[in-house]
Amino acid sequence: MNFFFEVLIGGLLSGVMYALVALGFVLIYKASGVFNFAQGAMVYLAALSVVGCVEKGAPLWLAIILAFVIMTLFGIATEKFVLRKLVNQPPITLFMATIGLAFFIEGLAPLVFGSEPRALELGIVDEPIPYILDNWNMVISKFDLVAAGVASVLVAALALFFQYTRIGRALRAVADDHQAALSIGIPLQNIWAIVWGVAGFVALVAGMMWGARNGVQFALTFTALKALPVLILGGFTSVPGAIVGGLIIGASEKLAEIYIPPVMQDMFGGNFGGIEGWFPYVLALLFLLVRPEGLFGERHIDRV
Amino acid sequence: MLYREAGQFKTTYAADQQIFPIRQDRLGILVLLVIAFLGVPLLASEYWFSAILIPFLIFALAALGLNILTGYAGQLSLGSAAFMAVGAYAAYNFQLRVEGIPILVSFICAGLTAAGVGILFGLPSLRIKGFYLAVATLAAQFFIVWCLTKFPWLSNNSSSGVISTQKLIIFGHELKTPVEKYLLVLSIVVFLALAAKNMVRSATGRAWMAVRDMDVAASVIGIRLMPTKLLAFAVSSFYCGVAGALYAFCYLGSVEPDGFSLDMSFKILFMIIIGGVGSIMGSFLGAAFILLLPIFLDIALPFLAGLFGLPFASETVSHIQILVFGALIMFFLIVEPHGLARLWQIAKEKLRLWPFPH
Repeated sequence: MNFFFEVLIGGLLSGVMYALVALGFVLIYKASGVFNFAQGAMVYLAALSVVGCVEKGAPLWLAIILAFVIMTLFGIATEKFVLRKLVNQPPITLFMATIGLAFFIEGLAPLVFGSEPRALELGIVDEPIPYILDNWNMVISKFDLVAAGVASVLVAALALFFQYTRIGRALRAVADDHQAALSIGIPLQNIWAIVWGVAGFVALVAGMMWGARNGVQFALTFTALKALPVLILGGFTSVPGAIVGGLIIGASEKLAEIYIPPVMQDMFGGNFGGIEGWFPYVLALLFLLVRPEGLFGERHIDRV
Repeated sequence: MLYREAGQFKTTYAADQQIFPIRQDRLGILVLLVIAFLGVPLLASEYWFSAILIPFLIFALAALGLNILTGYAGQLSLGSAAFMAVGAYAAYNFQLRVEGIPILVSFICAGLTAAGVGILFGLPSLRIKGFYLAVATLAAQFFIVWCLTKFPWLSNNSSSGVISTQKLIIFGHELKTPVEKYLLVLSIVVFLALAAKNMVRSATGRAWMAVRDMDVAASVIGIRLMPTKLLAFAVSSFYCGVAGALYAFCYLGSVEPDGFSLDMSFKILFMIIIGGVGSIMGSFLGAAFILLLPIFLDIALPFLAGLFGLPFASETVSHIQILVFGALIMFFLIVEPHGLARLWQIAKEKLRLWPFPH
């Protein structure tokens, strides 16, 4: 039973990491209806720019600020030079443009900062917490806990930002109805630039967490693929959905990885590892059959 | 002036309904086919066949399949490479396990197998649409590739799922040279492309387009959504499956499941976006563009570097290649969101009046 809880908690904590990436998707989709496939690439770019600045001799805090500036500028530039030109195109065109953007970033980032895998030191060690190890005999990583804490703070900050600031209110208005927001004088394009800036910031946080854990390397771009089932489970438009979806996906995929392969091995023989790769998708798919709009997504009503 | 339908009167229903109603189009297609079947085999080199023409035709076929699903029926899919993998492995297994089955029959069976799998993964489309569906098709992508790697029976117990395809024997004649393989692929692709062209202007195709434009409205006017959507998935997967079988048998000769990666699915999606969503011809134009672009960049980048005297590491070149690829896709979408097929359409409009615009 101890082992079960250890896997479960480990899964939940890694789910928080997925949620960090999924948040970036939700922010942009909510505000502009763009399904931003480049979020994973943005995570990579953010992590690389932190590492790159540290390598050039900047202290860590300065590197983070510089990376934040880079990400914000990049987000604004994307909005200005790509998406603004594609206003009124069907969503699939915008989606394709963000895939193009992902390729662009994946080529650009290593060109500027170098492509070899590097470690990112945040000063948090990835080791089990002695107290839990002694008392309950479970391995819970300190780093995972810190990451979960950071994610919670980030979500709380975003929630406050959306709920109580002037810009946040404008963002929610734009998310509800572009036309109505425009007609009461909310500058749509500024809002979109801000959203891309905020998404860049979220990518930075996710990039630092993922980078510190797995090293800063090209594989960071695949975090986007991990975030997609989280998104459809939680609903594209819901910030809490991203968190809850992340927890469900993280926990269930780790449990599936531990408990399903032995069963299949008994049935068919052979090695059935690597279930993690598709299990979240199939889980999300089955879930969608029951609730097509995800856990917290808006119920869509079709009108002819 | 050259491309004008004035004076071509249609006096029978058959003439009115024919697939290319304008004489210039008929001639153009005919010339194109003659060039493809006779001219190209005489002129092209071995490298052209095995590195450019055969993959171009195969990917055009896969793009055609995806275009039926996404462009005509409006169901976004990110799993086309997985259906190609199903086709490749099914053809291999039919050849392996069914005694004396002709290769073409096993290609058809491969397509049908892929169609069955496609229907299975198309079922969610009855409940969900748009990006939710796109992400759901990713389940097909990852799950199928995983199955092909992990179930040793599917690859005849070879390590990590690699299969080497059997000999291509048609009517007792073994196809060995690239030219023969090219002609086989070309015949299949032409046949299926004509079939697709006919399908999309039939009642089925119109039903697909109605569902694409608005499925609620389509069901209100009496189109049954379930058969229509599932048929689109089946036909699309059939095309992808045949493309996959050709990819394994006529192009590579030996494939592994990981070769049919998400990247390949994206590539096929790019082809239809660049070529033109909802256009048969666009699939071909898009496939040509996406396949030729990397080759072109491979040649052009070192040349440009030499011109400016910059020393380029090969790694840098590959990064620049990805960068330029991404930038070009964004550029294309901004300049011509309807793809290359739209450019062709505009050209035709202009040709009508050229050279006397009034």
